Amino acid sequence: MSEDVIKAEGLTKIFNHNLVAVDHVNFSVKQGEIFGFLGPNGAGKTTTINMLITVLKPTEGRASILGYDIAKQNNDVRNAIGVVPQEYTADEDLTGYENILLCADLYGIPREVSKKRADELLALVELTAFKDKKVQTYSGGMRRRLELACGLVNRPKVLFLDEPTLGLDVQTRAATWNYVRMLKKEFGMTLFLTTHYLEEADALCDRIAIIDHGKIVVVGTPDELKESLGGDIITLSIKQDVDITGLVKKIERVKEVKKENGMYVVKSESGEVTAPLIIEALRKEGHVVTKLSLTKPTLNEVYLQYTGKSMRDAADESRESAFAQRAMMRRSHM
Amino acid sequence: MSTSNNNSKSKTHGLWALTNRELKKWYKAPVVFVLTLIQPVLWLGLLGNALNISSLFSASSIQFPAELAAQFTPAQLSALGSFFSGLQNQIMGSTFGTTSYISFMAVGMMAFTALFTTMFSGMSVVWDRRLGFLNKVLSTPVSRAVIILSKVLSATLRSMFQAAVILLIALPLGFAFGAAFTPLNILGVFAMLFLVCLGLSSLFIAINIRSTRIETPMAVMNLLNLPLTFASSAFFPIKQMPAWLQAVANVNPISYTIDGMRQLLIFDSIDFAQLAVDFAFVGAFAAVLTTIGIVFSWRFLNK
Ligand SMILES: Nc1ncnc2c1ncn2[C@@H]1O[C@H](COP(=O)(O)OP(=O)(O)OP(=O)(O)O)[C@@H](O)[C@H]1O
Ligand SMILES: [Mg+2]
Repeated sequence: MSEDVIKAEGLTKIFNHNLVAVDHVNFSVKQGEIFGFLGPNGAGKTTTINMLITVLKPTEGRASILGYDIAKQNNDVRNAIGVVPQEYTADEDLTGYENILLCADLYGIPREVSKKRADELLALVELTAFKDKKVQTYSGGMRRRLELACGLVNRPKVLFLDEPTLGLDVQTRAATWNYVRMLKKEFGMTLFLTTHYLEEADALCDRIAIIDHGKIVVVGTPDELKESLGGDIITLSIKQDVDITGLVKKIERVKEVKKENGMYVVKSESGEVTAPLIIEALRKEGHVVTKLSLTKPTLNEVYLQYTGKSMRDAADESRESAFAQRAMMRRSHM
Repeated sequence: MSTSNNNSKSKTHGLWALTNRELKKWYKAPVVFVLTLIQPVLWLGLLGNALNISSLFSASSIQFPAELAAQFTPAQLSALGSFFSGLQNQIMGSTFGTTSYISFMAVGMMAFTALFTTMFSGMSVVWDRRLGFLNKVLSTPVSRAVIILSKVLSATLRSMFQAAVILLIALPLGFAFGAAFTPLNILGVFAMLFLVCLGLSSLFIAINIRSTRIETPMAVMNLLNLPLTFASSAFFPIKQMPAWLQAVANVNPISYTIDGMRQLLIFDSIDFAQLAVDFAFVGAFAAVLTTIGIVFSWRFLNK
């Protein structure tokens, strides 16, 4: 058995013979890693997850989880994984406690075990006080936490979370991150998650893959991805009207110097170290720096670079569709 | 949280959990439950009682013209009256197989309610798909067959229960068991209902599981409801129908179900040959549709 907990090779899903939702993706996730999947709406994140969790059959390619082939040993895969889906799947007409017991039954966990485990999990996600209330009465954040509890009921080795923080307030999002970190630290769980929140991915994920139009465009640690953009950006202007491009270029770590609208734009690794060096070098030559700013690239820049789309729009869109879906659900239950 | 479960569980685990989930939604919502009973009660009350067809033939409704009556002694008149009321029973008996229209009608209503409930329950799979519950279950080690079976089973159990309630309601409204009735016959009645609901719900779920819009099953329901109900002996005997309708009614499994149920519940003598035909037809219908339904649903889930 390889040490890769998740391994996808040429994984492909084509819907209705023409819509290529996932296009020959390759990646691997190591034991105990938090792996983030980023990408615009419709990029193929959920479809990839659905193949990995054996809900959809790949059209082409293969993948394995803990060494079990997702197509040939799907029952072993199902026993080993937990899933927290993008939608709220808990049954509204049942209580939180009943929902967890139902999930446990689906894994064939005997009642005497599952009752104990349900109590533990409800305590973990801080829903003990609401365990006997119908899920109808839960807030969005409570529902997400209940989904998380359901996803943990079989004590999975690998947990898949599809947009676990969608539509949550800042506190609940922070709490969710803490759960995720705790699962990794205390139980050595491997986590595969998708999100539209870039700061979240940055803070939480050990490695990130950006997927667009079904293809993985880049994989790496958040820092690697940021560095792949060519480093920090220092913008400065000087009092004198002379060209200092050549001078700055000679300074250590400086990669690129451009003059734009009277300002010098300098690309450099470790900008906080380079900036004082630039000031010092210019002072020695008798130039006076009048303005200087330092920008560290965020995942936002990385994302925009690789997908060419604004993330904010993408996030808003999907939030709207989630709301529409929830509204519809309510209507159906009158 | 270090060990994951071993694989020693049975192939059918989760069946009761999933079936019970559906049933719970239903028995924990008494309002919906009561609402679904109103329609059949109205039918029974209105058609079965207010429009009591048998009263059309009753002795008191027959008024002899005065000059005719004058020619007879009172004793002769009453003999004539009982002759006509005997005639009424004979007409009712030969048309409906029983002298009580409400009994005739209540059995039809039981089958109709079972049919309707089956179709109605089958719609839940659309929601399960749409709200992501189905995908969630598909990611657990529950077998695909169990997922489908739980839907079929819960629809069937619900239908049988609703049918039983109709029977209980009909009793105070004048439902009369036939002379051939024994409590054991109830088993036969529910076996019959079980078979027909099993077949219908399997078919219905195979259709519904493919649709993400609730409109599709509604349309299918409307399409099937009319021929299944009216081209059957639910309200009127088949032999009173025009030939073309008889042709439809004669292949309608609901007709066989109802005939079997009537023989077991309200007829004074059971035609065992016909009852065997009824059971064979409904049994074959159930076997074929359940197989087709489960195979087609299973195929969809394994896409
Ligand atoms: N069952 C399906 N049948 C046909 N097309 C589908 C199906 N599921 C997804 N698609 C299509 O596949 C593409 C990828 O969808 P997917 O749900 O994987 O995107 P996503 O990255 O999860 O998006 P989001 O951020 O909105 O959740 C989309 O174009 C979508 O319309
Ligand atoms: Mg998605």
